[in-house]
Amino acid sequence: MNTTTVIATKFSGLKLPQLDGTFFSNAIRLVALPVAGILAFLLLWSATAQNIDTSLGKFPGPAAVMEQFNALHDEHQRSREKERAFYERQEKRNAERVAKDPNYQPKIRAYTGKETFLDQIITSLVTVMSGFLLAVAIAIPLGITIGLSQALNNAINPIIQIFKPVSPLAWLPLVTMVVSALYTSPDPLVAKSFLNSLITVTLCCLWPMVINTAVGVAGIDKDLVNVSKVLRLPALRHVQKIVLPASVPMIFTGMRLSLGVAWMVLIAAEMLAQNPGLGKFVWDEFQNGSSDSLARIMAAVLVIGLIGFLLDRGMLALQKLVSWDKTAN
Amino acid sequence: MSVLLDISHIDMEFPTPKGPFTALRDVDLKISQGEFVSLIGHSGCGKSTVLNVVAGLYQATRGGVILSGKEVTEPGPERAVVFQNHSLLPWLTAYENVELAVKQVFGKNKSKAEMREWIEHNLDLVHMSHAMHKRPDEISGGMKQRVGIARALAMQPKVLLMDEPFGALDALTRAHMQDSLMEIQAELNNTVIMITHDVDEAVLLSDRIVMMTNGPAATIGEILQVDLERPRHRLELADDPLYNQYRAKVLKFLHERHSKPDVPTKKSAPAKSSVTSAQAAGDIKETVDNAA
Repeated sequence: MNTTTVIATKFSGLKLPQLDGTFFSNAIRLVALPVAGILAFLLLWSATAQNIDTSLGKFPGPAAVMEQFNALHDEHQRSREKERAFYERQEKRNAERVAKDPNYQPKIRAYTGKETFLDQIITSLVTVMSGFLLAVAIAIPLGITIGLSQALNNAINPIIQIFKPVSPLAWLPLVTMVVSALYTSPDPLVAKSFLNSLITVTLCCLWPMVINTAVGVAGIDKDLVNVSKVLRLPALRHVQKIVLPASVPMIFTGMRLSLGVAWMVLIAAEMLAQNPGLGKFVWDEFQNGSSDSLARIMAAVLVIGLIGFLLDRGMLALQKLVSWDKTAN
Repeated sequence: MSVLLDISHIDMEFPTPKGPFTALRDVDLKISQGEFVSLIGHSGCGKSTVLNVVAGLYQATRGGVILSGKEVTEPGPERAVVFQNHSLLPWLTAYENVELAVKQVFGKNKSKAEMREWIEHNLDLVHMSHAMHKRPDEISGGMKQRVGIARALAMQPKVLLMDEPFGALDALTRAHMQDSLMEIQAELNNTVIMITHDVDEAVLLSDRIVMMTNGPAATIGEILQVDLERPRHRLELADDPLYNQYRAKVLKFLHERHSKPDVPTKKSAPAKSSVTSAQAAGDIKETVDNAA
């Protein structure tokens, strides 16, 4: 990515021949340069990788990683095949027993095979979105309240400033213990590990949203507030009609920052706490220590990066859809 | 004509780390129904403070404002404000901006159809019907200010407060807006207080020009009765000796105040503004002159 940006900025300043007008220069700027950047990066990567020897063999180059992507895909297909076969067998067995004994209540047992790479990706995505949405539900009302009241801001700001820089790894043991102590339902709705990851994500990605929302709300154009006063808008309507729309751009900035934080935090939390997800995949491969492990971890790294990028783009698309301020990028 | 708005001996002090700062001292002004009054003075002389006190956005330290027999204690739609920077909500169209005000003020008394008609009527009044579904960032500065005026008019205020409404516009647009405002004024006969630093604008639009001394502790220096017949036309007035006399009078006041900013003004006599419509035309009436 970095290489691409550097090259793009270097070349965008050059005057291109006005042969084909803007189409030509746009094609170069938007397609050719990024592709060139990625190619340069791949070359550099494979050249460097060959010179790094680790105890698990050579550092994987692009080709090895590509190979593992295929292997991971095949594993996923095989696993799905096994799962289907398992349920088929179970159904057949149950049908046979019911045929023998009409009073028999058939038991359905879930397939308990190892999660595939794709399963881990989905688990991570579900966890990060749940944790993020919980944070949104807390942060935006809190941010608005703080932004509206200077006194409350003074009271709460120190707490925010102290908790904001805390690493997820520090929260994790506490969250794990608290969840174990308090979440003791015999028939749990969701797994404890899911809750652990979720709460850790929430705790870490709360702060950028609270701060940005509060700053956005506190910085509303004074004239707009005066308009509201002249109209005697009641408090709730004031928030709904003036405060919320006016601070939407800042709220979204906070949400984008938070989602980025959430995704990073989640991978770390999953690694450390062995909670299912991409982080666990990376850790398992590391512990596994086969000759393919590094290539599989590298594949996970690329996927993590790509998902992080897509999450941010998704957030931006949502912002453009919702916000009146179309200048965001 | 009866007094509609009584700005009664107001003082305004702002707390600062170095002790209270007196922005206004003993500002006293009575305004009749249908009167167009402009406040003129140098920057920072407290014109806007007077307007904000009338709007209820500031509370006077001493004295008070009485509108139709009731003391003003908070902002309200019966004292609609047209802000210098239009202050339209950027996420709403021109129509929606006016609608917000109309719903808030008439939501209980008007039906949906009536409100719609009233919004469109007001946008029509400021010649904005053609662009009423555009957002503020899609229209020019002058058009935004027109919508701002439509929003204020739509509240059917007892007093319309305008804070340098055309200050941010170019000269040509400003002239158009002034003509529009005179048209609207002729039709609705609103009571208006307008802040301006434009001498021509003040003379052209006003029934009375209130000239303020320089701050701190600013107060009313002189009040000039403008007895020019309406409707007024800027081109005809350009050669009108009376118009030029008024103009010179205001300029002289501003110039003298500017060159002698320390003129003692603290013991100003309360402004006796027994101003009514027809005073002998041709004379420049000075209700108060404590400059000398």
